[in-house]
Amino acid sequence: MAMSLGFHIIFAVVGMAMPVFMVMAEWRWLKTGKAVYLTIAKRWAKGTAIFFAIGAVTGTVLSFQLGLLWPRFMEWAGPIIGPAFAIEGFAFFTEAIFLGIYLYGWQKVSPGAHIMAGGVVALSGITSGVVVVMANGWMNTPRGFMMHGGIPANIDPFAALFNPSGLLQAPHMILAAFAATGFAVAGIHAFLLLRQPSNTFHQSALKIALVIGGISAVLQPLSGDFLAKQVAEFQPLKLAVFEAQVETQRGAPFRIGGIWNPESEIFDYVVKIPYALSLMLTLDPNGPVIGLKDFPRENWPPLGVTRTAFQLMVFIGFFMTGLALWGLWLAFKNNTLFQSRRFLQAMVFASPLGFIAIEAGWVATEVGRQPWVIVGYLKTADAVTPVPGLILPLMIFCALYIFLTCIVIWLMWRHVSATPSQFEMTSPTEKAEPA
Amino acid sequence: MELEVVLATVLLIALTFYALLGGADFGAGVWHLLARGPTRRAQHQLIGEAIGPIWEANHVWLILIVTILFTAFPRAYVHISTTLHIPLTILVIGIVLRGSAFAFRHYDIKDDDIHLRWDQLFAISSLISPLLLGIIIGAITAGHFPVNAGNFFDGYISPWLQLFPLSMGLLTLLLFLYLAATYLILESRDLTLQKIFRKRAITAALLAGLLEEVVLYLGRSGAPRLWGELTTSLWGGLIQLGVGSLTVAAIILLVTQRYWWARTCAILQVTLTIWTWGLAQFPYLMPPDLTVFNTSAPGITLQFIAGALLVGTLFLFPSLFYLLRIFKGSTLFGYKRPNGKESL
Repeated sequence: MAMSLGFHIIFAVVGMAMPVFMVMAEWRWLKTGKAVYLTIAKRWAKGTAIFFAIGAVTGTVLSFQLGLLWPRFMEWAGPIIGPAFAIEGFAFFTEAIFLGIYLYGWQKVSPGAHIMAGGVVALSGITSGVVVVMANGWMNTPRGFMMHGGIPANIDPFAALFNPSGLLQAPHMILAAFAATGFAVAGIHAFLLLRQPSNTFHQSALKIALVIGGISAVLQPLSGDFLAKQVAEFQPLKLAVFEAQVETQRGAPFRIGGIWNPESEIFDYVVKIPYALSLMLTLDPNGPVIGLKDFPRENWPPLGVTRTAFQLMVFIGFFMTGLALWGLWLAFKNNTLFQSRRFLQAMVFASPLGFIAIEAGWVATEVGRQPWVIVGYLKTADAVTPVPGLILPLMIFCALYIFLTCIVIWLMWRHVSATPSQFEMTSPTEKAEPA
Repeated sequence: MELEVVLATVLLIALTFYALLGGADFGAGVWHLLARGPTRRAQHQLIGEAIGPIWEANHVWLILIVTILFTAFPRAYVHISTTLHIPLTILVIGIVLRGSAFAFRHYDIKDDDIHLRWDQLFAISSLISPLLLGIIIGAITAGHFPVNAGNFFDGYISPWLQLFPLSMGLLTLLLFLYLAATYLILESRDLTLQKIFRKRAITAALLAGLLEEVVLYLGRSGAPRLWGELTTSLWGGLIQLGVGSLTVAAIILLVTQRYWWARTCAILQVTLTIWTWGLAQFPYLMPPDLTVFNTSAPGITLQFIAGALLVGTLFLFPSLFYLLRIFKGSTLFGYKRPNGKESL
């Protein structure tokens, strides 16, 4: 399940962000009439289609696996959080319908209707992303029900959906999706620009990807800061693990690095920035931060994994923000963006980082929730299916996903290596005729 | 009417749409596998073009069914997904491979021999998924569910590895093939292709009609409730008559080349089959003891999801109609004969 999710998340993220990119490119085309933008839009649309298809089928797997692997969880949570998935289902319907129109309708609908269809794809993609993440947030901060003799009662699906964690997790995830996808796309085009410095196709594509990815990367630390304050309030144990806060203290430092030492019960080799954590969370350098020793040990999540994943996410996040600011500076400084080989190289290096950060962030929030599946109510071990021999389907799905990943990478490589020539981009025959 | 019944009806409607739209996509995939002769490439191309723009939207019906099931009837969902773990897993793998292979084949930027491999994978998984879907529905109908299974076989294999579910699997496959063949006649502009798919539609219609009776007969021991409902009541008899006459009518219409009406008969036959099954099954989601009433979620959840469905439907149906009008406009209300004349 975790593996299915970890796999699905990448495709869902790209499937969510890419439509915005292709619509941007098509809009540029309609505005400027430059064929290069149309070529970009068509290329990106094909990439989107592959990612969307894989996202869709892996999403189907997930909807089944919820029951196949976590029957107790679904019996419990289905009535409370299920309605979110019904909304998601319709958003997904809309997305699939209009993606069909977008992909196959270049010659069949008017340019205006076509770009509208793309817009609907982008919008419904974001909607389903938001709803799913809010449903996930509910597992962190369960709301909208009361316990009556071990059974949830007085269910309120609205309160469940608009739970405090989900409301802040959703924008964080959306920004992450745009930043990661933007950097990945920009990285690919930067790589090809290093080989063919004057190719306008890659220049234009890089510009669009960098604008969207860069804005998201700059906004992301803000969103992360809001989310951290909220985790501190509602899931203090999780935050303590994230920030390696062992003892409750005032004026807590921000800690970088460190390895958990189970004997002395401290994190060894930590670099500290004094008072920074208290300042960030409480806006007061002497504000209190709760440590993980205040909680019963059987409720601790795995410390090493959670902490490392969190640190990785934060580190990559700041790296990407820095890169975005560097790009901004270069763009303002007499437009030397495409001349700076060092910047392009950095972009190539950064292209997979966003996805690594997403996976790390997801690991941090999910593993950081253990041993609970619904915080405070249902433990993971009690939710798992009684079907024996689970290792076999697990391995089959694992093999299947590795296979799909390899194919997609290979297909993307084919996409990328088939760079259109200058001639192809200026030929007037490219223009779609309105039906 | 109680909300439970409304939502069960919505499930049945969604299942009907899934069969009529998504099912036909699977059927077309199997026709891809069975394509022979000099027009093989042309058949493949026709199938690819026919399902390309719409298959993802058609697929979402299944996701909708699963989400309604786990939201509105969580206890039934849990029982089904635990007992039928194995066929559901295989179904899901089939669905993943079908979709991925189609995407890899059609959204690739180059064109070379690897595409034949994707085609094969697409076609084979199109064959597997409907079989499993039918087996799962058959197992749910039969309701041989262990109370406290002593061993692995009793608990997770024997509920579905029986004659009745297996025959349901075959029936599902044949109905999908039948639908796809009648759709593809209308999609094609080429006389040779039309003839090929006409022959196939007739064969599939005959086999499906026969198999409906066989499945019913197997139900006598395999799914006694279904058998009882359909053979002892008046409406059961009428429906059997209806299915039979639709098959005969479709074959006559196919022979006389009234393809639009033949397709309508196929659609009606499949719809009638699904609704008969649904009515005979009611109020059980899974006999002998899980009904729509005793597995449902609390009232507020049902209200919420009913509301969400209502609002969603307001968006869904216009969008769906728009999609079908763009890509299937010429076959929706009539069709073009190869000589270009509009006709029914």
